[in-house]
Amino acid sequence: MEDGEAMSAGTSTGRTREKPRGRARAAAPADPGGEANTPSSDVARFGTAAPLRLDCGVDFAPWQIAYQTYGELNAERSNAVLLCHALTGDQHAASVHPVTGKAGWWDILVGPGRPIDTDRFFVICANVLGGCMGTSGPASIDPATGRPYGLGFPVVTIRDMVRAQARLVDHLGIETLFAVAGGSMGGMQVLQWASDYPERVFAAIPIATAARHTTQNIAFHEVGRQAVMADPDWCGGDYHAAGKRPTKGLAVARMAAHITYLSEEAMHRKFGRKLQDRDSLTFGFDADFQVESYLRHQGMTFVERFDANSYLYLTRAMDYFDLAADHGGVLADAFKGTHTRFCMISFTSDWLFPTEANRDVVHALNAAGARVSFVEIETDKGHDSFLLDEPHLETAVRGFLDSAARVRGLDSKGTGR
Amino acid sequence: MNTETLAPQYVRTMGAGPRVDYDVIAGFVTRGARVLDVGCGDGALLARLEELHGIDGRGIELSPQGVAQAVGRGLAVIQGDADRDLVNYGADTFDFVILSQTIQATHNPRIVLEHLLRIGRKVIVSVPNFGHWRIRLQFMLRGRMPVTKNLPYHWYDTPNIHFCTIRDFVELCDAVDAHIAEAVALNHYGQRIPFNAPWWFWNLFGEQGVFLLDRGRRTRKDQV
Repeated sequence: MEDGEAMSAGTSTGRTREKPRGRARAAAPADPGGEANTPSSDVARFGTAAPLRLDCGVDFAPWQIAYQTYGELNAERSNAVLLCHALTGDQHAASVHPVTGKAGWWDILVGPGRPIDTDRFFVICANVLGGCMGTSGPASIDPATGRPYGLGFPVVTIRDMVRAQARLVDHLGIETLFAVAGGSMGGMQVLQWASDYPERVFAAIPIATAARHTTQNIAFHEVGRQAVMADPDWCGGDYHAAGKRPTKGLAVARMAAHITYLSEEAMHRKFGRKLQDRDSLTFGFDADFQVESYLRHQGMTFVERFDANSYLYLTRAMDYFDLAADHGGVLADAFKGTHTRFCMISFTSDWLFPTEANRDVVHALNAAGARVSFVEIETDKGHDSFLLDEPHLETAVRGFLDSAARVRGLDSKGTGR
Repeated sequence: MNTETLAPQYVRTMGAGPRVDYDVIAGFVTRGARVLDVGCGDGALLARLEELHGIDGRGIELSPQGVAQAVGRGLAVIQGDADRDLVNYGADTFDFVILSQTIQATHNPRIVLEHLLRIGRKVIVSVPNFGHWRIRLQFMLRGRMPVTKNLPYHWYDTPNIHFCTIRDFVELCDAVDAHIAEAVALNHYGQRIPFNAPWWFWNLFGEQGVFLLDRGRRTRKDQV
């Protein structure tokens, strides 16, 4: 899921019954909800005089970044918390999603009185560069042609995403972020932030992440991309012009990826071999099993809100991520001399970003002399645990932020000293 | 903290009595020092040292519950295993490394102690004394593995797999060339046993020993 849809009975098999099975609807709009080009969120726009220098060598302009904020910035501008979203998340961390109408993906952690307390902190969440919810991405209109960039959009990296966010933070007049937090691809951005802008990050919470994407993870992503590109409606990436969308390919990519976000145990507990709305096998290829129905539903709902090319670009950005390689192969050097306080969190049943991958970062941080906490949370819910109601996650985030706030001199209302 | 609700492998390898060794440990630690507490449990000692001495504290703890509680109280604690993770810490990274009533729960006490002496300039170890007269008495009279208030586990479910006496620990210090800078034995009531009492007396009446160690002569010579 990576977007906060819980795998509960009500949202999976229950909802699936009302949906047509196994067929993504062809009439899905080219720009989901019009959010790619006319976002309902706030937007910071940068003209040709303020290009974004990308890792691929391109000075990209004009460009824009769409974002949501929650809470109030204090007079000292010292209570800002930046949230970095995962692969298929977006800026709606704690606000109702304009396309799906669902609650924010981190509603559990972010809000008044929650661990990331919006009564106390000024919370910012921006759509990533390459995304499709209002920040420049392949679905955005290229001003030079008047048509979506498609594959003409430059390939972006995690560092590029962070650069864009840093420009937004500048734009908001904030020098130092009190905290940067995020899971999965969001966690990669957190690590990149701490590495590239150590003096601008007081506290960092990377969750269920790694300092590099593993071979296996690249392999999974490649399967997803091939599924998209194998869909004839992908049209070599130019589906916008053809008035089509590769919804089937994207849905398959989502289904495959979704399996990696769960754990075998949780899937078995939830679905087992239970049949979907039938008493016996049909001896056909309809969705006999609940798990099939669930995955098809996940695929179908995903394509309603996500751009296929965006999916290609963002998975690529994750594949390219290797923080140690950027520092001569020594991960500790990425954090040399850092004063940032870190709280790293992993989940026992996460096999996509397993504890060991998280622990490698912790060891590097230790070697760099960083002040680091590391919590491994016991759960059977897999990678997506960072989006779910995990009491230990809440305790750790709350406790860590509270103590960091004390050191930073922020009181319980977020007022600086 | 209510230890009864927690799993047996939880945090405190010892009984639920007050941790009298903490006072002694706090007496050894100097103001503003960099301190690593190995097997820090819920972080009670670290929190106390931060408050008392303004230390820059770090902790390692095996039990996820302990880590969650320690991080929840704002400490820099890492979920990890003394037997496995100490190798990742550089030499002289800390002013003090503390191993408080944890050594008996490690798989390789000797290797752990060697790592501690490498990582910390000074090492503080508190050990429950298996040579205490109550334990000897239980063993002699009942012929059973002792279960006391401070050692509440049965032999089959105890996390404490490497018990030793105060004398045994002193011998290990010699084996790994740890110099005993200070040693304190505490009796059943947490009172210090007179400093001038001989080792055999400590070994019989000390319920636990607290040691302040640094590197011995052989090691220091090697380092020159």
